Amino acid sequence: MFEDFLYLLRKNGLKVSLTEWMSLMEALDKGLHGSSFTGFYHLCRCLLVKSEADFDRFDRAFLEYFRDVPFQQEVSQELLDWLDRPDVLNDYANWDEEQALKNMGLSEEEIERMLKERMEEQNEEHNGGNYWVGTHGMSTFGNSGLSPKGIRVGGQSMYKRAFRVAGERKFRDFRRDNTLDTRQFQVALRKLRQFSGLVDLPPTEFDVDNTIQDTAENGGLLKVRYKRPRENTVKVLLLMDSGGSMEYYSQLCSALFQAVSKSGHFKDLRVYYFHNCVYGRLYNDPLLMSRNSVTTDWVLSNIASDWKVIFVGDAQMAPYELMGGYYGRNNSGEGPQSGLDWLRLFRSRYQNAIWLNPSQRPQWGEYWTQTYDAIARVFPMFPLTVDGLEEGMKKLLTR
Amino acid sequence: MNEFKGSQNYVASEELMRAVNIAMVLQKPLLIKGEPGTGKTMLAEAIAAALGKKLIIWNIKSTTKAQDGLYVYDVVQRLYDSQFGGVGVDNIEKYVKLGKLGEAFTDEEQVILLIDEIDKADLEFPNDLLWELDRMEFHIPETGRTVKANHRPVVIITSNAEKELPDAFLRRCVFHYIEFPDKELMAEIVRVHFPDLDDKLLTQVLEAFYKIRQLPQIKKKPSTSEIIDWIQALVHGGVDPKRIVKEVPYLGVLLKKNEDMDALRRNWR
Repeated sequence: MFEDFLYLLRKNGLKVSLTEWMSLMEALDKGLHGSSFTGFYHLCRCLLVKSEADFDRFDRAFLEYFRDVPFQQEVSQELLDWLDRPDVLNDYANWDEEQALKNMGLSEEEIERMLKERMEEQNEEHNGGNYWVGTHGMSTFGNSGLSPKGIRVGGQSMYKRAFRVAGERKFRDFRRDNTLDTRQFQVALRKLRQFSGLVDLPPTEFDVDNTIQDTAENGGLLKVRYKRPRENTVKVLLLMDSGGSMEYYSQLCSALFQAVSKSGHFKDLRVYYFHNCVYGRLYNDPLLMSRNSVTTDWVLSNIASDWKVIFVGDAQMAPYELMGGYYGRNNSGEGPQSGLDWLRLFRSRYQNAIWLNPSQRPQWGEYWTQTYDAIARVFPMFPLTVDGLEEGMKKLLTR
Repeated sequence: MNEFKGSQNYVASEELMRAVNIAMVLQKPLLIKGEPGTGKTMLAEAIAAALGKKLIIWNIKSTTKAQDGLYVYDVVQRLYDSQFGGVGVDNIEKYVKLGKLGEAFTDEEQVILLIDEIDKADLEFPNDLLWELDRMEFHIPETGRTVKANHRPVVIITSNAEKELPDAFLRRCVFHYIEFPDKELMAEIVRVHFPDLDDKLLTQVLEAFYKIRQLPQIKKKPSTSEIIDWIQALVHGGVDPKRIVKEVPYLGVLLKKNEDMDALRRNWR
């Protein structure tokens, strides 16, 4: 019927399967859309979309596909002729603020009903007005009109303002490629949980049911069975950039921090802070006071290499802060000599380490991109968005 | 035909009612998501009441397994009985107890089955139920019996979106996301709970409530159940409606976290 819509949805990244499409056909067959366009929209959405995060994508595709669906009622040829006026000027001469506000308040059903009434009454051509079906006016029907809402009848779509429920796109905030905000912080939590379920463990937990079952089958001779424990073994070391240019992202980082710390399903979690780049010391809180800090060497030697390391930072600093010897140098003159050396040290010790970046790669200016690119060469870097986090978690789980 | 049109104690948006009816006609489970406190669980109760059907609730916990919903074979009891020479040990049927899903299948009449907070369980949990929810039957190998639904139950599943549900499972569901009610719908909901509430008080309460929800600094936003409790407190305390927006009395009923209360005091004007 309108299979193109299915492909359009799939092209827009919605995983609509044939099963769901067939259910939609069945539902339409049973008249569940209640023969109204709004009903049809809701029917499509609740059968084809399975997450509020995808509502916006769906709305967009729906709008793209059905935007110019012509009014489906019988329209007399006479009326269509009056309305066929591609010559009308593209200007706002007939704009009427008061009428626009009035039209905004009308519901789709009201407009449909009014249109039906007008079609019975109308017996001549009307253009530029606000009551009849005509072109270039402020009424809610006709074409090339200026009303903010309305139904297009005949002609070519000119201002594309004919309303559809989908046009409001009020689920935009739920999209997952948005940068994480406080609201979406539960989604992050969910992502971080996912990766704990994948851990394989040797069977060490005593399995009562199967032991009894097997013992009974064994004629009463004890036969002990073990099963895999359901506990998670992932240990996470979170290192967060604090202060300076990271202030812009403080809310974002706090959302991530909360997601990680509240998830409570990691076997162990340590959080340290640094400024711009990791040097000789790591701090216990974002205030970065040296009395509340540990040496980076201590962290490296006490945190085992099977920990998953997540860096969070914008990776943008003055090049000398990363490459220069001033901050990074060890007093002994041995070991890492610059911030970059410290990062490489982390990289070589921890097999699973990623860098999450709340900021995008700077558009221009070698000054800022230099450190960004240098760090991205050391660690796999992901944007701090829900999608980026998901990708990052996958990366952390690879062996 | 059965049709759901909301009930006396439950105000449903038109979209929601539509989704419920679609799920019933297509005989698919209805998956309900939404912010906590938007009445996901109460929906099942309302449907059951409106259609005059029995409601069976299966509460999911982090340790719940799919098997628990079908049946439990009490091996230990049987072993115990056999040692003391209990009667009927040979009869395995005696030790098989049906779970909530089994109960819903074997009921003489069509029932409403609520699988509450499915996301609490293990990640694989929904997948383990695919066959049973599709075919509405399951097999008990211990007794060789197949339990088949007498009448397909209306299945309502709620999720708080703590975990993502598997695609295969989602494909079989009708999905509805309960949006947080807007002011008008909220007024209607409040009216259901407090039919004699003073109009002035209600307007003030709603104004303050939505103002609080809009503050970006509030971490745990108050929900429907909190506004109901709050009104209860305000009415009980005989608070003057004029004071509500300005002073927000009984704040503790609305906000449950210290940091949120502090944030509100700092940002309230």
